[in-house]
Amino acid sequence: MRNNIPLREANTLGGVYRGPSRQDGGGSILKMFARRPLAAVFLFLGGIAHAEEIGDAERGEKIFRECAGCHEVGQGAKNRIGPQLNGIFGRKAASVGDDFFYSKGLQRAANDGLLWDLEHLDAYLENPKALVSGTRMSFRGLKDPQDRHDVLAYLRRFSDNPANIPEAEPTQLPAEVELPPEILAIVGDPEYGEYLASECQTCHQRDGSDQGIPAITRWPVEDFEIAMHAYKKKIRPHPVMQMMAGRLTDEEIATLAAYFKDLE
Amino acid sequence: MTLNRRAFIGTGAAAAAVLAAPTVQGASHGKPRVIVVGGGAGGATAARYLAKDSKGEIDVTLIEPTRHYYTCFFSNLYIGGIRDIASIGHSYGTLASEYGINVVHDWAVGIDRDARTVTLAGGAVLPYDRLILSPGIDFVDGAVPGWDVTSQNKMPHAYKAGSQSELLKAQIEAMPEGGTYAMVAPPNPYRCPPGPYERVSMVAHLLKQINPTAKILIADPKPKFSKMALFQEGWGNHYAGMIEWIGPDFGGNNVEVNADEMALSIDGEVTKVDVCNVIPAMKAGRICEVAGITEGNWAPVSGHTMQSRVDENIHVLGDATSQGDMPKSGFSANSQAKVAAMAVRSVLTDSKVFPAKFSNTCWSLIDTDDGVKVGASYQATDEKIAKVDGFISQTGEDAALRKATYEESVGWYEGITTDMFG
Repeated sequence: MRNNIPLREANTLGGVYRGPSRQDGGGSILKMFARRPLAAVFLFLGGIAHAEEIGDAERGEKIFRECAGCHEVGQGAKNRIGPQLNGIFGRKAASVGDDFFYSKGLQRAANDGLLWDLEHLDAYLENPKALVSGTRMSFRGLKDPQDRHDVLAYLRRFSDNPANIPEAEPTQLPAEVELPPEILAIVGDPEYGEYLASECQTCHQRDGSDQGIPAITRWPVEDFEIAMHAYKKKIRPHPVMQMMAGRLTDEEIATLAAYFKDLE
Repeated sequence: MTLNRRAFIGTGAAAAAVLAAPTVQGASHGKPRVIVVGGGAGGATAARYLAKDSKGEIDVTLIEPTRHYYTCFFSNLYIGGIRDIASIGHSYGTLASEYGINVVHDWAVGIDRDARTVTLAGGAVLPYDRLILSPGIDFVDGAVPGWDVTSQNKMPHAYKAGSQSELLKAQIEAMPEGGTYAMVAPPNPYRCPPGPYERVSMVAHLLKQINPTAKILIADPKPKFSKMALFQEGWGNHYAGMIEWIGPDFGGNNVEVNADEMALSIDGEVTKVDVCNVIPAMKAGRICEVAGITEGNWAPVSGHTMQSRVDENIHVLGDATSQGDMPKSGFSANSQAKVAAMAVRSVLTDSKVFPAKFSNTCWSLIDTDDGVKVGASYQATDEKIAKVDGFISQTGEDAALRKATYEESVGWYEGITTDMFG
């Protein structure tokens, strides 16, 4: 069965969903594999290729660290800022379960039939907003096709079927900042949260849309607090956020995390 | 402050009590009334936050003469051909329909501080419990000899966006081959410190495509300006040989114009130019003078609440104020509006007050995908709004970072205009 899966993907190319046209006008699997003729031959001639022929999964695992700030994959992977990615291949878009809040853009794309096959995953990784306008995924994209293929080869390992997921720890990165339980236990005053959050909303949109500045709504509280403490300690590089977080107290960060978690 | 579950519950109970009780100042005439004059980054934000956070307890009236508002921020990108004019235009429909704000398109021409009323050009007299003035800027009469507002159709300022921006762009597009665009830059303090220099960058961006032998001449009364090193580096990289900047050492502070002759005199030397973009010295929007709350050219305010130092029933926002360290920018006005809205609500509906926090970031575009930024955070002291911390883009940054900075500014534009207009 495992060996047939790439062929099935090839057969679903040009399926139902037509996203907004991509800037490079690309999208055909022929173009996608133009630099990897060998893999293409395997894929098209009889479905004998191993799933990992998409690219170099070992290299993809390293590139995936860029993604792991938001996404987990592997045994026991949970939804974080982004959804967990087990079984992503062949999954209907925006369908990971009730406990993850998707953007309206991704829900719309799912209703229009977006299926995460190889072609659409590749397009999404190249430029998320070009495929799904209004997505909350704050990622500029992997411009190098090789990088995308390698990441997809890595993710493919977790997608054959649930039983085949390698028994490794999920890919949660070690937290950038270790937050003691007493800080995570702080509960903020919602009225204060509303006032503090007004300062964030000059740039970050309340409805969670992301048009150049990341969405910050609906994040798990712990992830939000870790991110803000990482800016405060200047572990994360962005100068505006270092400045904004730099003058927030632990209580204020907790208050903001709670406020943005529940925004509709 | 204490932050635990008990405080959380207590807050909810207090909020419920406030909803049930009649409000102190509003008791004599129903709901307390707030009038906001000026529908830009300060006024629109203040009106929206007052209406949103008071949940109908405050009657908010926004007075703004134009039905369609064009943001000054990003108007240079329109001149450069990077945005179209429609993309920087906004209406007040959502503020009226979703937030219940009474939007009145008229000019405020009189303020009676004793009677607490605002008189409109149309004759209406509106009473207020609190007044918020966010009128932006006007120009100082006689600041540039030979120029007054009647010259603005020949020598546009384009420092209030909309038809002036369109006029300036049309003039630049109509320049003869190899012609000259001149700018008379303003003295400090003025709206949007990097604005004139982003303007020059965007004019150069346009001319490079349609009229590459054209020249740009800047007469500047200031020896240095915002993001100077960044702009100068960018002008050298993108527009080598096109831009000449004349500072005060070479007479940039001794300028005279003749609009009929399209002549610009710098230190006595007269040059015929094809476009003359005169940005005169500025002062608070006229209504502040009418209200009698200015000292010099600006309206002094307390940073804790943005209340006028002259009249505690009036709050002033944005470019019109003198407040301390914040630059005159749309971002600053938006930030100040939230502090003022919180202060006004606390007086009129007894809501909680928290310490004033302010911030500002100014992005500028030098060429396609070459964005830079400067910003700072601020807090209120008894004397002024005081800078806490800041940052600025560095010279020599790589193209990817500059592109990311530009993309961030696009995101900010969407964010702040949503924050202003709903």
